[in-house]
Amino acid sequence: MRLGLFGKALCAAAALALGLSLAHAQDKGLENPRSTTFHTALKGKKVVFVPLSMGFDLTEGWAAQMRKQADRLGYDFEIRDPAWSTDAGTKAIQSLISEKPDLMVIHNPDIQSYARLLKQAQAAGIKIVQINLESNTTTDSYVGADWTEIGRKAAEAIVERCGAGKGISTKVAIDTGVPTAASDVFQLHGIYEVLDAHPEIQVVSQQATEYNPEKARSIMATVLQQHDDLCGAIGIWDNQDTGTASAIKEAGKSDQVFLVTSGGGNQVGCENVKNGLFNLYISYNVPLQGDLLNQEIVRLLMSDATAGEIQTMYFNPLTLITPENVNQRNCWTLDDLK
Amino acid sequence: MTTRGATGSEIGSRRLVERLLRSQEGIVFLLALAAFVLFSATLPSFLSAGNLLVLIRSVSILGILALGMAVVVIARGIDVSMIAVMVVSVSWAFVITRAGYPFEVALLIGAGFALVAGIVIGALIAFGEVPPIFATLAAGSVIYGTGRTFFFTLEMQNVPPDTDWFRLIGQGNFLGIPVTIIAFGALCIVVQVVLSRTRFGWTIYAMGNNPQAARVTGLPTRPMIVAQYAISAFIAYLAGLILASSAAAINARLFNSTMIYDILLVVVLGGIGLNGGHGSVRNVILGTVFVGILLNGMTILNIDYTIQNLVKGVVLLLAIVADSLVNPRDEQTSQQGDL
Repeated sequence: MRLGLFGKALCAAAALALGLSLAHAQDKGLENPRSTTFHTALKGKKVVFVPLSMGFDLTEGWAAQMRKQADRLGYDFEIRDPAWSTDAGTKAIQSLISEKPDLMVIHNPDIQSYARLLKQAQAAGIKIVQINLESNTTTDSYVGADWTEIGRKAAEAIVERCGAGKGISTKVAIDTGVPTAASDVFQLHGIYEVLDAHPEIQVVSQQATEYNPEKARSIMATVLQQHDDLCGAIGIWDNQDTGTASAIKEAGKSDQVFLVTSGGGNQVGCENVKNGLFNLYISYNVPLQGDLLNQEIVRLLMSDATAGEIQTMYFNPLTLITPENVNQRNCWTLDDLK
Repeated sequence: MTTRGATGSEIGSRRLVERLLRSQEGIVFLLALAAFVLFSATLPSFLSAGNLLVLIRSVSILGILALGMAVVVIARGIDVSMIAVMVVSVSWAFVITRAGYPFEVALLIGAGFALVAGIVIGALIAFGEVPPIFATLAAGSVIYGTGRTFFFTLEMQNVPPDTDWFRLIGQGNFLGIPVTIIAFGALCIVVQVVLSRTRFGWTIYAMGNNPQAARVTGLPTRPMIVAQYAISAFIAYLAGLILASSAAAINARLFNSTMIYDILLVVVLGGIGLNGGHGSVRNVILGTVFVGILLNGMTILNIDYTIQNLVKGVVLLLAIVADSLVNPRDEQTSQQGDL
């Protein structure tokens, strides 16, 4: 076919137009099929969170972050709040097993209570992530603190301060919460692992506070009467140890008694570090745990593996907060997470 | 304590012990004395002034709550909603302060809430004729649920900043004595005067002794019931303020704890029978001090948590058994829905 001058010009113009339009298309970038999948694959899925109870910094923090991601990716997120009742929690999980959500996030009250139910739920095809408090049953995933490590770190700090010849004495008090929770059982093991290697440390008191700050206060007041040369104290949770700290302060022994506690790293705990009430605050970092939790939720919901087929776990890193590094990066408020 | 028998100087200590053993209050008094002597002899710093102050202070809040409970129990009622009223009204006051209201106004609103709660509960019992145990049990859950749903999200409420005078209530001392103990002492005197010197107090005993007779003789029993529950709710609020002040925070989770049973333990242990009509402030003080001695001694001895609860449970059981032996139930004292 022969083209006239006009025809050639037309072809050139067409080629140019094609080239330009191609170049234009390239300007708009390429579609990433994985992004589309990521943002649509989870639509219609259902995730349920069964906490110990809502209403305290840890669970409110995690829930805020999980809810944010659910809104972003368009899946359903629900909370069944048993309000500290193991019995109500058991019933909630039982009814969830028949409702069959795609995934459950479980916060265990102790290492035994939910163990069998979690097995049943996985057998029914529900994937399970455990958060911060473990059960004896391993599930698809566990994200949270390694309580043994917290206990070890706390005890090491105490040994550092109150070992032979270092402090006013080698006397140490331990305030536990409720003796059956994973946080207590494993943490105490970690503490004694270190203390047993330092026989000079005397544990003069080990009492349960039921997480009640007023009870923690009166226990510490009594202990200080009995041992006015107390060198250190390990508390199991920042919420209760506000009381422990105020007993130490009232007795005028803030400079003498080295108080170690642990918690989620919220602003209230941090304020107590700033005030000099807590000497060392081991934070398991709720915002970080929330991110990890969200990552695990997406990974499991997208994975083709069946519930309980592959079991993973991750102990998140701990932040040791002292008066030197109390800052915005290490401390959070609930409003930051919402 | 029993009133029979002459108290001449010829009565020897053996006679006195025999007399004490005849009443539950006497038995508890002897037990408390025995525990006190035992701990003083075996624990080196138990008897120090510092430890005794710590001992009394650690149970002062319990004692204050028990005073409120005593007023209700003497009139043959029971109020198991006290903890709910306490945590919700105080937490709410703190939340309101953080929302920008002046602290003093917020405290008044908290007090108002406690009073309204008490009046509503009292009205349920007085005019709705719901048995007190059920009315207050249900009301407790309703109050706590309302608080958690509408007033505050977080269970743990720290004392609002810039309220230094408030901290003095729980942490301050006057002439070397913690303000908490002074508050308990002052409230003991007030309640004692009301119970023994006023028409209001006499009516409470009359209602506890025989509610039907009290009503037939024209005593205003229904308004009295409302007033009693308003008083116990208000006392619960005061106790909550002291508690929050001394620990720098209040934890609404106390509602789920065994604290309400500890209050009943103090009341029953002290010798105020649950079937009403007898007992006084003296009994509350005795019960409070006994529980204080036990808790303090067990803490110093570093006794395990589970065993401490066991000891508390056994002691309560013994007190109740002693109560029913000393004050046997009969047609006059038993009632339907009796505890």
